[in-house]
Amino acid sequence: MKPSPSATFHPVSAPDFLPREQLQALQLQRLKSMVQRAYDHVALFRKRMNDLGLKPADVRTLDDVTRLPFTVKADLRDTYPFGLFASPMKDIVRLHASTGTTGKPIVVAYTREDIGVWENVIMRSFAACGLHAGDIIQNAYGYGLFTGGLGAHYGAEALGATVIPISGGNTQRQLMVMKDFGATAICCTPSYFLHIIEQAPELGVNLKELALRAGVFGAEPWTEAMRRRIEAESGIKAYDIYGLSEIIGPGVATECQCQAGPHIFEDWFYPEIIDLKTLKPLPDGEEGELVLTTLGKQAMPMIRYRTRDITALTSEKCECGRTLRRIQRIGRRSDDMFIIRGVNVYPSQIETALLQVEGTLPHYQIILTRVRDLDEVEVQVEVTKKIFGDTVGALEQVQRNLGHSIESLTGLRMKVRMVQPQTIQRSEGKAKRVIDQRKM
Amino acid sequence: MKLKQLSLFLENRPGALSRPMRLLAKAGFNILTLSIADANQFGILRLILRDWEKAKKLLEKNGFVVRITDMVAVEVPDQPGGLAKILAVVEKAGLNVEFMYAFTEKRENKGILVFRFDDPDRAIKILQQRKVNVVASVELLKQEAA
Repeated sequence: MKPSPSATFHPVSAPDFLPREQLQALQLQRLKSMVQRAYDHVALFRKRMNDLGLKPADVRTLDDVTRLPFTVKADLRDTYPFGLFASPMKDIVRLHASTGTTGKPIVVAYTREDIGVWENVIMRSFAACGLHAGDIIQNAYGYGLFTGGLGAHYGAEALGATVIPISGGNTQRQLMVMKDFGATAICCTPSYFLHIIEQAPELGVNLKELALRAGVFGAEPWTEAMRRRIEAESGIKAYDIYGLSEIIGPGVATECQCQAGPHIFEDWFYPEIIDLKTLKPLPDGEEGELVLTTLGKQAMPMIRYRTRDITALTSEKCECGRTLRRIQRIGRRSDDMFIIRGVNVYPSQIETALLQVEGTLPHYQIILTRVRDLDEVEVQVEVTKKIFGDTVGALEQVQRNLGHSIESLTGLRMKVRMVQPQTIQRSEGKAKRVIDQRKM
Repeated sequence: MKLKQLSLFLENRPGALSRPMRLLAKAGFNILTLSIADANQFGILRLILRDWEKAKKLLEKNGFVVRITDMVAVEVPDQPGGLAKILAVVEKAGLNVEFMYAFTEKRENKGILVFRFDDPDRAIKILQQRKVNVVASVELLKQEAA
């Protein structure tokens, strides 16, 4: 492992070390004004609170959060595109969007202040990973509607680091730039970095000889085994960054140099863990669904947003001295959505694709595997009378059409396999559409 | 004139072929001829048997997807160039052959080939005009029974 320069304390990280009482006082103050803002400007929140007989003034303590109604992804879809905005468009300086199930994306908005908060948490993320001014950060997250690219970009610049805004893809160029520009850190999905690791020898690059010493990886679930492999094969330190567009983008939580689970930036995001069945809050240490409330978002406040990510909060003191609680590595989700190579995919997208080609919905199943640490998706489709002919060419054409249709809806290439009718297991009620065989 | 062919979808894995075969054998169906087309991930089993309607019902009841296709049986002299001659007729007439396979049964000095044309009716008409002996399905199936 390459020596990391002695960690210098960056003033931006100060809130990471606030005594808990001070942090909680700050949280409560921000929570109150956020709830007021959401109530005043967002019809959905106002209606939901009124239905429960709640007024913003009823939020007197942090525990009162649990009296507020949940928000779910469908709310963003139902109010598409701008229905949850709490600011007029003249105050909104940026829009981002993520993929939705029916082709309609989910839109998120930022005021100038929100961009500042985002910069702040990304700066603190990088600082927690031991990066500072003078570092050269190769940003291989995709730039565009996806929050990853621009989110990391602004924070890296604000930190004073040099950003290489290379965006995703073109591995050969990534390696050339990494070597020639002397990048000291990289941000991308962990699976993409593994791809870079695999390509490096073929392109004559020895990662261990480069200046690269840290990777800030996120936007998809990954494992300790992947971390070990990345570190062993590239000689860098690999850190986990967590986030979601609905809350802000990357930077909701990030690991410190202890690599002991991402610290949630609790001064901006209020975390709860709820029981999946009762929806009641669970104490620290118990596993459930992560629910987040934004404490500083102006353009699009989010009250008790159900992330569908399964994790647990830990309040055990971290060796780094941060008082921020940590979440466990996120390996699974409570709904059928799955994340492949950093892209959110819903079974309903696959259904739409199958419907487009076949006219009716065949029985199907999605099998997720991880081959050499890279995610693979296979869509198994039962052959129906409608599509089955007696020539190989005709069926192979159907297979190709299904593949194209899936790719155009999800942006991902998936393997399509035709299987014998009646071979995909039927279950009562909700069909088990996704079989995740990835070892998390 | 046309001969009915049953085709079945098979997954490319051990035992995929034996299951339909066992089903047919148990029910006493005799297969006159068959062919298997294989692709990377799957195969297609094509069968010609006498009681094709009953066989289709049996297979479908057991979860197979079965397709019925019209085939054209043609007599071919069992001698060098026998097939080439017929293919020359086919080619000249611009008939498109999807695939073909042979009957295991021979009669006298003649073999029987089964063709899958994209337009079987037109193919029969043309072949007969050019004096190619198209074998009636009734005759084929009856002969086998004798």
